[in-house]
Amino acid sequence: MVPLSYYLALSGFLFACGVTGFLIKRNIITIFMSIELMLNGVNLSFVAFAAQWHALSGQVFVFFVMVVAAAEAAVGLAIIIAVFRTRETLNVDRVNLLKL
Amino acid sequence: MTGNISQFFTGIDYLLSLPIILLTLFALGILLIDLMIPTEWKWTNAVTAFVGIAFSAAGVLKIQYALDQAHLSGQQAFMGSMVVDHFAIYFWYLFLAGAAISILVSVRYLEIEHEHHGEFYSLLLFSVVGMMVMASGFDVVLIFIGLELMAISTYVLVGFLRTDRRSNEAALKYLLLGAFSSGIFAYGLSLFYGLTGSTNLSAIQQRLSREIALNGGKIGPVAILALLTVSTGLLFKIAAIPFHQWLPDAYEGAPTSVTGFMSVAVKAAAWAMLLRILLWGLYPLRTVYVPLVVFVSIATMTGANLAALTQNNLKRLLAYSSIAHVGYMLLGLVALASVEYPDAAFFDGFKGILMYLLVYTFMNLGAFAVITSLRQRDVIGDEIDDIAGLFSRAPTEAVLMLIFLLSLAGIPPLAGFYGKYFIFLSLIESGHYVLASLGVLYALFGLYYYMRIANAMFMREAMDGTRLPISVGMRVALGVTALATVFIGVFPEQFIRAVNWSLNISQTSAIASLMR
Repeated sequence: MVPLSYYLALSGFLFACGVTGFLIKRNIITIFMSIELMLNGVNLSFVAFAAQWHALSGQVFVFFVMVVAAAEAAVGLAIIIAVFRTRETLNVDRVNLLKL
Repeated sequence: MTGNISQFFTGIDYLLSLPIILLTLFALGILLIDLMIPTEWKWTNAVTAFVGIAFSAAGVLKIQYALDQAHLSGQQAFMGSMVVDHFAIYFWYLFLAGAAISILVSVRYLEIEHEHHGEFYSLLLFSVVGMMVMASGFDVVLIFIGLELMAISTYVLVGFLRTDRRSNEAALKYLLLGAFSSGIFAYGLSLFYGLTGSTNLSAIQQRLSREIALNGGKIGPVAILALLTVSTGLLFKIAAIPFHQWLPDAYEGAPTSVTGFMSVAVKAAAWAMLLRILLWGLYPLRTVYVPLVVFVSIATMTGANLAALTQNNLKRLLAYSSIAHVGYMLLGLVALASVEYPDAAFFDGFKGILMYLLVYTFMNLGAFAVITSLRQRDVIGDEIDDIAGLFSRAPTEAVLMLIFLLSLAGIPPLAGFYGKYFIFLSLIESGHYVLASLGVLYALFGLYYYMRIANAMFMREAMDGTRLPISVGMRVALGVTALATVFIGVFPEQFIRAVNWSLNISQTSAIASLMR
């Protein structure tokens, strides 16, 4: 049986990849994918802990995280399309009308 | 497990979630009705939304009477994942009031923007549903769903002006940072689940304190990591510095009526969630998070007050002022979490935060309502220059705006004073004299930038001398918010009693049992 720590290390790695991608990438779609990666890290750690505790609530949380991620993707892509229509760019550095 | 669903869900569950269910039905109804009505009748959607809010409020009232009659402080629903106690009911009223006033302000504004769609009101109601779930959720799964329902609806509301570049940009920034912070928050929740094996707040609390007692009072590194990630998520949502960058952009770009809604209801919901999680679930870890909150609150007050000084955009200025108010409220959290439970500072700190959120709802919505009314056919109306000479264009509005600004600054006979009063009182009671004097100092500092707006309104010439047309809804909204601001300031007893009520009960039920 694969020990719990392997799952946790992988989930931590996925989460860290997501955070890094969010911080360094400049393409809006890639940033958005990084967020999904973070949520997948969260899901993996919830499932691993649920197996560890023999409890279902962790798996229930994963279902809802997936639902939320799907809803967020739907709204997010719509907003990205709206941004692209008015600016014709997907680079976050050029979405810079609002600032100090 | 066999058996039918009635084993798990009983009638009482449906009664307790009645306000939430009603609001959801009305939100769905608006989506359907909107398809059938012609453009010039779109304002009827606002009426429908208003009726929905009234029904929901009636439901809350019913629950409140039922609880009082049974001498109950709160009631669990859905097998302990939802708790309707006086704390939740207090926040429910706050959200409904905030949404109702925002709807009044929105109708005319949306007509001017040519974006008068029924979805606006539907999304507004859905986000209130999310907030109500957040305030009454006692299981992190439920709190997370409520949070996302609120957040996703608000992302769309912020980007509601589809062809406006600023609105798009604000929605994009809000979406990316909001989703990012939700991810961090969820990761922290997964760590707490790993530590305690439960998603229920009271189970998390019990197992954490048992764990700490077994370790001889020491808190493990995983618990600290989990606390840091969860509180990062929470501080993102209430927009405390250093996690505030999204807020000024989102506030500036969003439609003005949505900005008003976000600054009161969304913020109050984030506070309800923060208090629920930090005071009910993670109370055993308070020795770790109090220093953190001290640091964040000082950073927040300093940064926000300094940034607000140089703003020329009204919405951005009030955005920074709202961050500064979060800093003051965090001071209340410092006071209440740094003393033992039955201490006077505990209750005064708690009272301060709840009172602050109440008065803030009215005074800030009022201020944003005035800014919303500056939007005319060919004027965007969110710069300080646009409010110049308001006294000659609309004298009543200018005087009301002055009241809101003085209240935001915390001048004594007005409502804003009482929020700050209890917070500073609790700081003194808990022995944080330096923090208390710092808070008072920054409150004085804030007077400067509020008076800059007042100065522009009364002392400067208007660029455009025509009278400002003000719609009926706007008049009602301004009247209600101004009346509340003055009334709470002059006769605070009734409202302090309401806050005590919401707290007394949490203190005899949930908090008391948790802190024994």
